[in-house]
Amino acid sequence: MKLRFSASDEAFRVEVANWLRDNLCGEFESIRFRGGPGDEHSFVEERKAWERKLGEAGWTCIGWPQAWGGRAASIEQQVVFNEEYARAGGPGRIGHIGETLMGPTLIAYGSEAQKVKYLPAIRSGDAIWCQGYSEPSAGSDLANVKTKAVFDEQAQVWHITGQKVWTSLAHESQYCFVVARTDPQAKGHKGLGFFMLDMDQPGVTIRPIEQLTGTSEFNEVFFDSAVCSADDIVGKPGEGWQVAMALLGFERGVSTLGQQMLFQNEFNDIVQLAKRNGADRDPMLRQRIAEAHIGLRLMRYNTLRVLSGSDQGELQAEGMIYKLYWSSWHRNLGKLAMDVMGADSEILEAEPYALNRLQSMFLFTRADTIYGGTNQIQRNLIAERALGMPREPRGNNE
Amino acid sequence: MEFKFTDEQIMIRDTAEAFVSEVSTSAAVRSAMLMPAGYDADLWRQISADMYWQALPVPEALGGLGLGYVELAATLEQTGRFLLCSPLMATTALAVPAIRLAASDKQQALYLGRILEGQVATLAHSGIKTHGSDINVQANVTDQGVCLNGISRHVLNGQTADFFIVAAKETFASGEQGVSLWFVDSGTEGLTIKSLPTMDQTRRLAELQFNNVVFSPQQRLGGEAKCQAQLLSTILDLAAIAVSAEQVGGAQQSLDISVAYIKERVQFGRTIASYQAIKHKCADMMLKAESARSGLYYAACIADEFLAGACDAETLAEAASITKAYSSEAFFFNAGCGIQLHGGVGITSEYDIQLYFKRAKALESFLGNASEHRERLAKQLLGSEVTL
Repeated sequence: MKLRFSASDEAFRVEVANWLRDNLCGEFESIRFRGGPGDEHSFVEERKAWERKLGEAGWTCIGWPQAWGGRAASIEQQVVFNEEYARAGGPGRIGHIGETLMGPTLIAYGSEAQKVKYLPAIRSGDAIWCQGYSEPSAGSDLANVKTKAVFDEQAQVWHITGQKVWTSLAHESQYCFVVARTDPQAKGHKGLGFFMLDMDQPGVTIRPIEQLTGTSEFNEVFFDSAVCSADDIVGKPGEGWQVAMALLGFERGVSTLGQQMLFQNEFNDIVQLAKRNGADRDPMLRQRIAEAHIGLRLMRYNTLRVLSGSDQGELQAEGMIYKLYWSSWHRNLGKLAMDVMGADSEILEAEPYALNRLQSMFLFTRADTIYGGTNQIQRNLIAERALGMPREPRGNNE
Repeated sequence: MEFKFTDEQIMIRDTAEAFVSEVSTSAAVRSAMLMPAGYDADLWRQISADMYWQALPVPEALGGLGLGYVELAATLEQTGRFLLCSPLMATTALAVPAIRLAASDKQQALYLGRILEGQVATLAHSGIKTHGSDINVQANVTDQGVCLNGISRHVLNGQTADFFIVAAKETFASGEQGVSLWFVDSGTEGLTIKSLPTMDQTRRLAELQFNNVVFSPQQRLGGEAKCQAQLLSTILDLAAIAVSAEQVGGAQQSLDISVAYIKERVQFGRTIASYQAIKHKCADMMLKAESARSGLYYAACIADEFLAGACDAETLAEAASITKAYSSEAFFFNAGCGIQLHGGVGITSEYDIQLYFKRAKALESFLGNASEHRERLAKQLLGSEVTL
């Protein structure tokens, strides 16, 4: 059992850190530490330019096979890259949905023509993607998708009609992957299709959702007979659920250490603030600061165990606690940040509603325990899949 | 990334699991905890002679197995899981690190030799805190000899120890100054060993009363006259990591026996495992057990790095406090939830979950509870002290 990365991974770490030091500066200085979760609406044009800069230097899609422009980087190298990227203050990756979700799905399940059509623009940092899964009546119950896909035999196109919700970056994206029902008689997981849709067309309407932060990271997306070419369905009609689930499996935790580095940056800010304003002498706050520190360190070692693979088939079980763990920890950190700020936590930077980073974090972390599977859903999954407890009963209409 | 057991470590863990699950059944634990020693002496002979576990962290050159803290943690996770009653923790996790870190060559050969033969040793560090500030034994050191007076409490397996490593304060000293560590045999004149009745009957604690206990200055750990406060702190950090291993095992087993029970228990025509309120509690317990395990393995790796000279005492102290703080609360949380999940039978003597609950409380307060370790981490992080 070893705690450290290999010497070659550490050498790779130095290479990444050096490149970031030499390039994440000048015109890009302003976007350091910006654009992460809760701040996705900020510096969009600059972050698009940064995405292309990464692409030119071969720092996008490093885990992809070389045939599609990747570096075929190992899991460890991808983890190291994400960690150094976050440590350097690399801005939130506006291309991450294409790189980590759509790209790998196409590489595994797409046709040759689809790969040629879509992969190069993701790799170069030019094409931004968004995700069309959730709907007003399909949140935790994702299979309850109502959006319809109807095939027009004559024109050889699909017409997509329905509503998606919680779509990050919809207004900045050229493409959206959409799960829609191809068989109107089917229910649940059956009769779905997985479509790649061009967002720049009359049948697509985007409406931002104003969040409790006053900013809009998420959107509602309305499809009114939006057109999708017959060539732009991944898999066959009816295989959408399998493709959609496979897509969610591709993330593989390589960005989690990068996420933890962002958490570390936030935690460090709180420690510095406590030292400045005297909160560091309050015995109860000291306990909570130490507790947050312990929690973040254990998050790292939980992740390293999962990345190391299992010695007894436990990998899946360990991995299953991750979302519940980090979202709960981060939500508590938000509360801690406000308590360290004390009475000043109530005072904003400016009118009308300019939050500072910790205030924004405090509010936005309430979303962490909801999106990507609520804490309640996570606990169901852990109990059912890891501990072998009975499944939740389903309603009558399923 | 290889933050997982090697094949050899898996073998050590599996061997420990197979052995302890067989010898430390519920009936065996209940029988051992009523014996005067608090454990079955025949079983201890088997552990020390056949399994040779007390030799795990003793260097091969001195006749030990020469293994590391990861292997020790893997073993103690299993002893904790099955509530093994034995002086293994006292001997191999409290006494052995003290000897390894500081004893002279001659002392190593002598005292490790006695331990390898199956003698019981323990640390009398005078109190429950991780630091030496509450030491209540005075050492009057002169050229003619050393004279100890005072009381040392909470001495793990003190009743049956063949020798002790005793923490004392030299008479001239104040604060953390003058902390010194001494080898004292159990039969030494003036030493009275009083058994303390304990809430957790699976672990025995004793009080040592020193009344003009006189011996040679050569029995000073390491032989050299200097303040050993930092050394004691480091010994207790290594020990705390070992205690965490038993806590992780206990946290896991509290979950496992509770899940087994609720899958059988039927109310309103269905197993209570099918109720979401029950499932969610179990999910939280699993999160605690797994995270505590990750923290333990990290701390065990740091302990090995420290013993190899690859990291400093402060890094070890951080790791020890992280794992002890978290696993203390994880075990207590899981054992407490375990009682609730068992319902009425959870508070009976008959079911084992109450034994885990008591063990959880005992280990939580041993070598510094969670609050104390968090305060230690806060001091490292913030560099300041509490002001009230």
